[in-house]
Amino acid sequence: MTAVTTARPVASAGSRAVITGLGVAAPTGLGHPAYWRATLAGRRAIGRITRFDPAGYPARLAGEIGDFVAGDHLSSRLLPQTDRMTQLALVSTDWALADAGVQPGDLPEYDMGVITASSSGGFEFGQNELRALWSKGSRHVSAYQSFAWFYAVNSGQISIRHGMRGPSGVVVSDQAGGLEAVAAARRQIVKGIPLIVSGAVDASICPWGWVAQMASERLSVRDDPDRAYLPFDLDANGHVPGEGGAILIVEDAEHAARRGATRVYGEVAGYGSTFDPRPGSGRPPGLRKAIELALEDAEVAAEEVDVVFADAAGVVELDRVEAEAITSVFGSRGVAVTAPKTATGRLYSGGAPLDLAAALLSIRDGIIPPTVGPAAANGYDLDLVAVARPARVRVALVVARGYGGFNSVMVLRSVPT
Amino acid sequence: MSAGERRVVITGIGVTAPGGVGAKNFWTLLTDGRTSTRRISFFDPSPFRSQVAAEVAFDAEAHGLSPQEIRRMDRAAQFAVVTAREAVADSGLEFGTHDPYRTGVTIGSAVGATMSLDQEYRIVSDSGRLELVDHTYAVAHLYDYLVPSSFAAEVAWVVGAEGPTTVVSTGCTSGLDAVGYATEVIREGRADVMIAGATDAPISPITVACFDAIKATTPRNDDAERASRPFDATRNGFVLGEGAAVFVLEEYEAARRRGAKLYAEVAGYATRSNAFHMTGLRPDGREMAEAIAVALTAARLDRTDVDYINAHGSGTKQNDRHETAAFKRSLGEHAYRVPVSSIKSMIGHSLGAIGAIELAASALAIAHNVVPPTANLHTPDPECDLDYVPLTARDWRTDTVLSVGSGFGGFQSAAVLTRADRGDR
Repeated sequence: MTAVTTARPVASAGSRAVITGLGVAAPTGLGHPAYWRATLAGRRAIGRITRFDPAGYPARLAGEIGDFVAGDHLSSRLLPQTDRMTQLALVSTDWALADAGVQPGDLPEYDMGVITASSSGGFEFGQNELRALWSKGSRHVSAYQSFAWFYAVNSGQISIRHGMRGPSGVVVSDQAGGLEAVAAARRQIVKGIPLIVSGAVDASICPWGWVAQMASERLSVRDDPDRAYLPFDLDANGHVPGEGGAILIVEDAEHAARRGATRVYGEVAGYGSTFDPRPGSGRPPGLRKAIELALEDAEVAAEEVDVVFADAAGVVELDRVEAEAITSVFGSRGVAVTAPKTATGRLYSGGAPLDLAAALLSIRDGIIPPTVGPAAANGYDLDLVAVARPARVRVALVVARGYGGFNSVMVLRSVPT
Repeated sequence: MSAGERRVVITGIGVTAPGGVGAKNFWTLLTDGRTSTRRISFFDPSPFRSQVAAEVAFDAEAHGLSPQEIRRMDRAAQFAVVTAREAVADSGLEFGTHDPYRTGVTIGSAVGATMSLDQEYRIVSDSGRLELVDHTYAVAHLYDYLVPSSFAAEVAWVVGAEGPTTVVSTGCTSGLDAVGYATEVIREGRADVMIAGATDAPISPITVACFDAIKATTPRNDDAERASRPFDATRNGFVLGEGAAVFVLEEYEAARRRGAKLYAEVAGYATRSNAFHMTGLRPDGREMAEAIAVALTAARLDRTDVDYINAHGSGTKQNDRHETAAFKRSLGEHAYRVPVSSIKSMIGHSLGAIGAIELAASALAIAHNVVPPTANLHTPDPECDLDYVPLTARDWRTDTVLSVGSGFGGFQSAAVLTRADRGDR
């Protein structure tokens, strides 16, 4: 037998990673056109949970995706073996590939990989099988449990659906993972892989997932959607979780140009990540450093940043850390700050990729989407965008933080057309 | 290596494995060819098809964890923390003298805090009676079980890392992929030191049940000590295991300057997907062969340079055939000359952790010039016709090791470790 000899040389250091396709599954809209219209209009999709009766729980609001029927998009063979988060991810991937004008069958199999983030895997699927196990016995556990709930499921299923045999991966860093995955995708592009499907979709709005989420003690327990999730407002009292996220087509810029990509939304220009010191260490939190590292990586000066998409924890202490990091780098009210996730809730690992999509659409359309809800930076020294703001957006910075101390920051840059 | 390219070396090893807590005990177990597979003791396994596992005799308090840490952490997180401490102590690296932003953590895990989630679900659902589970019975640290990035957080706190930190979760290749990931982070220049490895503690009813459902694990319950039989004609499934391995990875020049002990260089790594089936493998092994070829190219090595292959060797019918084909496809005739072994024959398959544990065995093989055996291999399988080092460890000059993994989701990964002090290539 002969050895496989398709290993490619490491690409020149000049390889740049650009984003050429967006697939969005958000509570405010399925597909990026619907999501973007709703986002600019400041429409919010936060309401009382409908998936189960939340009356017995302290937290009762969520950002649910109401109009998704998996069977409209996926084969009946796939439905019983996939959790909702995988169904949403598969459909988002289809949309992202279509948006990018990529037919995976036309590309060499090892030229495409899949790197996604996950926070809790197919948790609802896992819940149902745990229930079967404990109420009926081990022989009632589904044959699909072994792969339907684990964190790697979306990367695996996407690679299978599209015949993508290049480097794939899965990262888990809570909400920060959504950026970490795209940074890992960019690394593969720099190493010479032409195309990586990246981003993340999470969905665990089921009783077991809900109880586990509440244990973070960061969920808002208010019932009024207008007052429940108020980042950068001294009246903040936690966040509202949601479901969904975004899948992005990350591509080598030259590859995109060669195949005549219909649109290049922007470049993944820089990334920085840090981890907060152990509580009680006396050292400062790491977010400011992560912002500085991302700017340095992008070779972008703070003054060049046109908008910051904030993590927007909705917890006073965490908002303060973020506001201080932003003002220390950009100055007092020195940059537009927005948190469109106030309309969707926090989507775990899906949240940051959705923010990347919003930032790229801001670059495309020259408009910054609004933060819905908080009084204008009440108590914080931030220029918080409260209504959609026309602006020339060439550089956007996206912040994502994960429970436990994960700080990730990504810089996106417009690409001249 | 071209000028300016950063190289990555292993300077500290920690292992928590069935039958061998601590790297030293682990290596003794392997080279003795002893097995640690037994009847499951964590719960009554009699309702299950497969009742065998390789459990770690682990006393968390004896390993320095406080009662609150034990309460907070899932067993897999406890393994990770204890094992990371061993690796750091072994490396002689003094934390506090390094820029904390230049030290990061990558921990692999396939199934996260599945043991705690299983136990906690049973309680909040009152053994599945309540569909609307009762939050008032939930443990305070349930969120840490929901999202296993808590494993990396716990390790980062222990070592004082404030640089790039994440969990890698690619099923059964998580351990190889976590080390590969951390290596790339150092190569890229984002960190100088990475604490990298993997952990899993999956021996819980839900995991045993889900592998029962697809008959992936062995039903050889009457012969637990000889239940894991990679490459043997009588193999009929894998044996679930648990454990962790963690490494201190350092940039080569810095490690050499401080006079660190250099176990091995992480010279090459690659992962590819079979894009075929979530659990199935095609017999030809072509995507694993591709990962091997790419990893060797990255290491600037020829296939004939491989001295030893640490196989995935899970002991399922299809894996061992698939893997044997992948070795022949990637190494050609050399596949027949190079010793290949599976330590899963002794310590079972600890899902995401095993890739890191196997890398530890690979690094120790280089350090000792000994390759561990494949235990329980008595009956050759005509479809598996390579030199699998049956039963007895072998003295063998080992400068270059290829370690591979294959897992659900279709992930196929390969890493190449080389003797670190063999001079510039």
